[in-house]
Amino acid sequence: MKRVLLLSSLAVAGRAQQTAMDPAGAPARSIAHLGLFFLALLTAIYIVVITFALLPLMRRHRGIDQEPLEGNHRPSDATETRMAKRIGLATVATILILFGLITVSVSTSKATSGSPPRPDSLVVEITATQWWWSVRYANNDASRIVMAANEMHIPVGRPVMIRGTSTDVIHSFWVPNLQGKRDLIPSRTNIDWIQADRPGRYRGQCAEFCGLQHAHMALWVVAEPPDRFEEWYSRQLQPAADPADPVRQRGQQVFMDYACVLCHTIQGTQAAGQVGPDLTHLASRLTIAAGTLPNNKGNLAGWITDPQSIKPGNHMATVPIRPEDMQPLLEYLESLQ
Amino acid sequence: MNPVLETAERNEPFGNLEPEAIDKTWRDERGLKGWLSVTTHQAIGKRYIVTAFMFLLLGGLEALLMRLQLSSPENTFLGPGRYNQLFTVHGTTMMFLFAVPVMEGMGVYFVPLMLGTRNVAFPRLNAFGYWMYLAGGLLFYGAALTNTAPDAGWFAYPPLSGPQYSPGKGVDVWAQMITFTEISALCVAVELIATILRMRAPGMSLNRMPLFCWGMLVQSFMVLFAMPAVMVASTVMLLNDRTIGTHFVNPAEGGDPLLYQHIFWFFGHPEVYIIFIPALGMVSAIMEGSTRRGVFGYPAVVLSLVANAFVAFGLWVHHMFATGLPQIGEAYFTAASMMIAITSGVIIFCWIATLWTGRIHLTAALHFVFGFIVIFVLGGMTGVMLASVPLNLQAHDSYFVVGHFHYVLIGGALFPLFGAFHYWFPKFTGRMIDERLGKIAFWILFFGFNLTFFPMHIVGLNGMTRRIYTYPEIVGWQNMNLLATAGAFTILLGGIVFIANVLTSRKSGAPAGNDPWEAGTLEWATSSPPANYNFVHLPFINSRYPLWAGKADRGFVTGMRSDRREVLVTSVLDAEPHHRYVLPGSTIWPFVTAAGLSVGLVGSIFAFSGYFVASALGMIGVIGWFWPREPLEMKP
Repeated sequence: MKRVLLLSSLAVAGRAQQTAMDPAGAPARSIAHLGLFFLALLTAIYIVVITFALLPLMRRHRGIDQEPLEGNHRPSDATETRMAKRIGLATVATILILFGLITVSVSTSKATSGSPPRPDSLVVEITATQWWWSVRYANNDASRIVMAANEMHIPVGRPVMIRGTSTDVIHSFWVPNLQGKRDLIPSRTNIDWIQADRPGRYRGQCAEFCGLQHAHMALWVVAEPPDRFEEWYSRQLQPAADPADPVRQRGQQVFMDYACVLCHTIQGTQAAGQVGPDLTHLASRLTIAAGTLPNNKGNLAGWITDPQSIKPGNHMATVPIRPEDMQPLLEYLESLQ
Repeated sequence: MNPVLETAERNEPFGNLEPEAIDKTWRDERGLKGWLSVTTHQAIGKRYIVTAFMFLLLGGLEALLMRLQLSSPENTFLGPGRYNQLFTVHGTTMMFLFAVPVMEGMGVYFVPLMLGTRNVAFPRLNAFGYWMYLAGGLLFYGAALTNTAPDAGWFAYPPLSGPQYSPGKGVDVWAQMITFTEISALCVAVELIATILRMRAPGMSLNRMPLFCWGMLVQSFMVLFAMPAVMVASTVMLLNDRTIGTHFVNPAEGGDPLLYQHIFWFFGHPEVYIIFIPALGMVSAIMEGSTRRGVFGYPAVVLSLVANAFVAFGLWVHHMFATGLPQIGEAYFTAASMMIAITSGVIIFCWIATLWTGRIHLTAALHFVFGFIVIFVLGGMTGVMLASVPLNLQAHDSYFVVGHFHYVLIGGALFPLFGAFHYWFPKFTGRMIDERLGKIAFWILFFGFNLTFFPMHIVGLNGMTRRIYTYPEIVGWQNMNLLATAGAFTILLGGIVFIANVLTSRKSGAPAGNDPWEAGTLEWATSSPPANYNFVHLPFINSRYPLWAGKADRGFVTGMRSDRREVLVTSVLDAEPHHRYVLPGSTIWPFVTAAGLSVGLVGSIFAFSGYFVASALGMIGVIGWFWPREPLEMKP
């Protein structure tokens, strides 16, 4: 079992997890194919043009450096006419090629952007804030709405419609393995769709410069088979369970007593702050601080103790938690599965 | 007395007017006041070039610091605040304080020489423009060195650059610095347009004008339309939102952040061509001098330059594809963006034909031209990719774009500029630049450039976004970044070789003579370096390359006075002699006006009343500038 885990983690590590060149879903794949077509054609043209530009160096009169410079060189009219014809041909070829490129580009654009092609798509609302992502699974049934942060799970093979906006500055949602980027602009809502056709964890990060911690604004998209996605979804629907053991109960009390409660929500408790990420299922996430650190107890402790040294300038308050309160708090947070 | 046209022998000084008399008329005053009063175009052109080059060095050092920070994952060499300042200052420096001013400087220096006249049309405006540019640069670096550097990126998108998310004075300094440099660019544009249209040598009809002058003419018109847009975006909207609470682009107050992007890029895209089109003129000039023939397809090249200028105003939205615009609009801007490839292609094809049919003399300057073609055409190819909306959505704001625009800007403007420095070095200094060192510098720069910027395309497609001060190890970007950092230091080495070559050749290069390349255009018809008045006698011409024409086809203008700063005004299309016109002499008032305006405009960053100070002090300067007097030029 251990070996399998090791192997699979190696496989994940060895595979580029944030790249447009290894598409994992329909839109990204169409774009990658378009890109390969452009790349092949333009490389061929580039080689031809550069060859023609450099060839005169081979043909150059030998030893011209030793010769005295002669007066200006006037090619014959026949040469000039021949050249003019060639330039005309090259120009016509350029125009035709560009028309072709525009056509395939516009048709790919139609197929990959805007609203998803199927009506049964999942709708996820992404709200970007300096420097984290709020993820809300929309549903007509208010009891089926799921709130998450910095991580979204999606079912394999089903289009997911993204409705994105921002609460402060302009951000941009970009998970390169799944789709091109879409700006999230305050006072506007932009629509896009993503789809994963194979299970995997795909990393994305904010692509529009958004201030000090633009570099640490990542999110993970976890694509799972539909049944596992449903499982995850129903777990996320549950409010946080009341802690049974005394240490965790103490931890919950610590959370409520300190400033944590002012900014964060934990469903099923009194904590209902809207400023920071929803922590109801914190322990189920891969990372903390918007992809900055792997989610484990040590990192969580470091993050709570001194967020400013890990992500300088971020908006999480440094809350001076007494050492004896820290352990129970961590135990409690770790229990929020 | 009307001007008379006579003929002259090749390479003899045109005419027989006494050089002593004309030299006395055009001499600059000595001393500090004289230095501040200079209005001759060579001096001001050189000031632009040298100042811009200093900013290039500063921008380059900033780039090196950023490359050090990115050379390894999770590096702590620079913090986010410092890094964000560095890339903002780097981009702003390169665009506003280096690239545009250096092109303006080359234009100011060479356009009157190539046109066969004595100065630009408005010499005092020219001096004023330079002082405004210098003041803007000093303001910007003064602020940067006192830790008030802007940190919202060189295009300062609101709301990030707005009052709420960028407190402090950094963005105000940024926006006001743009006012300074754009005033300067507008001054140069106005005077170059007037010079090019009305002060060409008799006989230099528009279709005989050197391509570099065509480039500067097209660029100047672009400046007239583009620069006001950026002043609206940065000063009217952003700065006023920040300093007096207007609501143009601040969404918290009902403003529209996308409005800013539209207006900024309506300037920002033409800006690229404002930098690039003069470079096309330089490439043409170098090619003519190094292949001993005129550029093939002159009319096609001119028409393509003009077409590029028009189309450049119609494709700004390709910087905004990710903002979520209607699809039909996106398709239009895709087509417009790709159209640029047609006209740029025609120019490249014409140059290739020139190389095929000319006699190549492989100078150091021509090395840079070949380097330009290899690099720029690649940048053009990635540009075609970026014009496609789906590909753009993947590549936008990633290092792919960083690689692309450095290929286009360094390849498209810096390599031609370095070629131009080598080509025209004899004209600037009277001495030849060391060809061998020039070629060594070229190869180091060429290798270093590609090592720096090619890997950026790959790492960009691998998801590396722009403007991040660090990245985690798991994303696997370190190797490409390390290569880029190594390349950046290679570029530094090439730069050092180039600077060493300039400094030594300036003192000890072989004397150049008037026309070391035996080129065909008029800047080579006078001494190196040219005297303040450029030509003892103004030339008249009747071919595109007067120095290559037969003896009977060249001549000079007589009947001009040497006791006042007289130039000849000619007609717009055919350059027929029209009348003599007296240029104003040297004066300190443009400097005083610029200094007064600068004090007020800098003050306006801190208090709105600064604008009143600027108006009052500027008015005082202008009164002095236009004060009626009875100087030499007014005597009959």
